[in-house]
Amino acid sequence: MADADVQAYTIRLELADEPGQLLAALEPIADAGGNLLSIFHERGNITPRGRIPVVVDLECPPERFPPLVDRVRAAGVNIVEAGADRLAETVRILITGPGVAADLDEIVETAHAGAAWTLIGMEVRTPSGPEAAATVVLELIVPDGDLVGVRRALATGLPDSAVIVEPLEVGDS
Amino acid sequence: MRVAIVGAGSVGRAVLAQAPRRGHKVVAVADSRGAAVDPTGLDAAQVLAEKEASGQVGAAEADALFDAPYDVLVEATPTTLGSAEPAFEHIQRALGADRDVVLANKGPVAERYADLRALVDRSAGRVRFEATVAGAIPVMATIAAYGPTEVTGVRGVLNGTANFILSRMAAESLAYDHVLAEAQELGVAEADPSFDVEGTDAALKCVILANVLSDDDQVYQLADAAITGIDAIPTSAHQAARDAGMTIRLIGEVGRDGVRVGPRLLATDDPLAVTGTENIVRLEIADAGPMHLAGRGAGGPETAAAVLADIDRLDT
Repeated sequence: MADADVQAYTIRLELADEPGQLLAALEPIADAGGNLLSIFHERGNITPRGRIPVVVDLECPPERFPPLVDRVRAAGVNIVEAGADRLAETVRILITGPGVAADLDEIVETAHAGAAWTLIGMEVRTPSGPEAAATVVLELIVPDGDLVGVRRALATGLPDSAVIVEPLEVGDS
Repeated sequence: MRVAIVGAGSVGRAVLAQAPRRGHKVVAVADSRGAAVDPTGLDAAQVLAEKEASGQVGAAEADALFDAPYDVLVEATPTTLGSAEPAFEHIQRALGADRDVVLANKGPVAERYADLRALVDRSAGRVRFEATVAGAIPVMATIAAYGPTEVTGVRGVLNGTANFILSRMAAESLAYDHVLAEAQELGVAEADPSFDVEGTDAALKCVILANVLSDDDQVYQLADAAITGIDAIPTSAHQAARDAGMTIRLIGEVGRDGVRVGPRLLATDDPLAVTGTENIVRLEIADAGPMHLAGRGAGGPETAAAVLADIDRLDT
């Protein structure tokens, strides 16, 4: 498909923890002409209702998006949110400082537990030498672009020695 | 104007050297040990030579400066926090005698803004402090041009030492200690760099901006700033930023959420992502939108240029 004809979209799903759920969600997307760009699916990350959040980035012509969403719903998959503007709210935040390696569990837990954001990616950058510190890179979808709120929530959950480096504005990432 | 300079560090000496070319007469200079006074105008070269040779600007008592026939006092002693002394007392004496004051010293404007305004209200003298924020860059003059109520926010790189270190670490993937040592060798960082790398210097400048921009007369002090420095940012963070097409800089912010200084992720082509010791300020102006001012934010001659620009503005 020519670039000018397609638009990028993000769909947030909540899947039941049963075999075949992910396939049931992705098949209608492909059948409806959506081009999958990325899928973030982490079985360890369960919502309060016992479901597994999945974030799908896809490309399709704008007129095909609403019927695509309908198809996914018709397959019995729960869509939490679907839209084009979500990608603009994706931000990268770094968490670094001397205690990162030692506090990794706490950092991972805080990153997953956020109500003010959806975690769509995480990466640990190892230090360059024995004395050096590691850096965790979080990729988040931030509703309303409220970076100040995200930072505050992260700071509350993280150890005091953690240094949070976030962009100036949501659109910067 | 007839100028009295208290403080003979790099800024004070540069004001002394530049004043004649700018059409002003320096009638007194004082350091912590003594003073040189001449109502007809001091010979800058002679005073500078005396300071070089003996460690003090002149044989007179330091206090003698205040008896000299000056129009404007330049306060260029080292910035101190809390009570902002002895600078505050110097200002008090000058305003008490209805003289004008130009500040290079950040302490009084950052830590005792309310007290300073009270002194100004009771005096026929005026106070200006362009040199306290971003050196030669005319931030205060630009804010005054539009009016503080029209400026809805400020962000920028306000400390050259921290910016040098971060931009070098980002460019060369070097360790912090290595780049700090380099900065110290170049004279860009002090032997004790904590004031700069911990973000305190940038925070003082942001507090000054917050005081100027505050439209409900709220007064800020250093303690009101949320500050994170750069000394705990490793090379892995710079590499992670680079892989994402971004870079890390120490950014000071003044806005709705108060005063904040901390390391932030910027796109590599963001105008705020300056390199080396350069400073840059982005003003958000109501109808004009974002406006960038960039240049040298520190240095004796640079800061003195801002002091003399303030003296020119007073000379009406």
